[in-house]
Amino acid sequence: MARTLISAVLAALALVGALAAQVVLAGDAQGYVKAGSRAAAHGACVEPTQYMRRHHMDLIQHQRDATVYQGIRGTRHSLAGCIDCHVGPGSDGHPVAVNAEHQFCRSCHEFAAVKVNCFDCHDGVPKGGPLSESAQSALDAATQQGRGRGNADGSVRSAREGQGQ
Amino acid sequence: MMKHPPEGIDQGRRALLGVAVGVTTAVVAPGLVLHAAALPSAAPPGAQRSGPVTDRVRWGLLIDTSKCAEGCRACVDACDRENGLDLQTRPAGQSGRAWADQKAVWIRKVKLADDLTGRVTNLPMMCQHCEHPPCVDVCPTGASFKRADGIVLVDRHTCIGCRYCMMACPYQARSFIHEVTHDQLTRVPRGKGCVESCNLCVSRRDQGAPSTACADACADAGHHAIVFGDLKDPRSAISQALTGLPNRQLREDLELNTGVRYAGV
Repeated sequence: MARTLISAVLAALALVGALAAQVVLAGDAQGYVKAGSRAAAHGACVEPTQYMRRHHMDLIQHQRDATVYQGIRGTRHSLAGCIDCHVGPGSDGHPVAVNAEHQFCRSCHEFAAVKVNCFDCHDGVPKGGPLSESAQSALDAATQQGRGRGNADGSVRSAREGQGQ
Repeated sequence: MMKHPPEGIDQGRRALLGVAVGVTTAVVAPGLVLHAAALPSAAPPGAQRSGPVTDRVRWGLLIDTSKCAEGCRACVDACDRENGLDLQTRPAGQSGRAWADQKAVWIRKVKLADDLTGRVTNLPMMCQHCEHPPCVDVCPTGASFKRADGIVLVDRHTCIGCRYCMMACPYQARSFIHEVTHDQLTRVPRGKGCVESCNLCVSRRDQGAPSTACADACADAGHHAIVFGDLKDPRSAISQALTGLPNRQLREDLELNTGVRYAGV
């Protein structure tokens, strides 16, 4: 009888412990998204959050090859898109790199003890945009000219919003 | 004694083969035609690419050296700004001369002087975007590759930094990044241990912009020495200019069929 009681108490303790751990984990995850970033204002990422936690690297890697070899940019899985949305402002209001200490990528990767190589080459802050200013103005001029001839589709907006990497 | 041909040729067999060929053609041909029709056509100006690059275009440059001014660096400076090359910093303790040799450069201004006649020619040298690029031949990992639209570039995710391509390039067009980099532009990532070179402003190509930074800057400076365009489109400005202007490839003896052509050298 005493034995049964002890196991019941142990099981109950284990359950409470597991629940507490879940709460702590959930709290951690909430903390990774930086206040003031665009991501904090959105309810969800480009895919369901649970899926992104486990598979974001696969999506980014797939997009990487499509971009480098096929020239497809500005899709929802681009690394530039991740950075653009998850970069948060520092105390001075300037954006802080997503791979800086306590920022989105770094804090979670440190928790998971996984090294991240993206930022050896890519900057953790959006900079310069998909097109330089001169290229954008040339593109605008060309599109205007094309519209005059009646064969452009007026897609400057998408080019400006696109996040190429 | 001559051997006689067999008397009765089996006509039934021929008929069967004929029918088989006809049926195969009928089955396969519509597929081919539909496939060709489904390929995306050249994007209108200002359209961001949604499908993969195709070999229906081949990007190239024509450089008219007679219009290239001595001392002008408009194209080099524009390239530096466009591709974040001006953001490179000299490592502490390195001499200015060593840094000038080592830092990444995509366009070099070259001055040719004929000793006999004294004629001086100026020209910008960059990756020549060969049809048969030696850098791609020698790359051990396949990182150096030619995109379908003729742009030769490096997939820095697979580049191991062996610099074999730099040795193979007859135009000395490639640079190696020796130090850890910071503050890269979003459109031009750059990292230690990889090789890079002119990519004909590949992010501009993918966003549908009409020209390259160097060609724009040259036109803005009033020289109009650089023409950018599609070598496969007979109506493009570059094709028209190539038809009208005597021009050549540099080191044509190597038979690389370069995408960058020079007039007046």
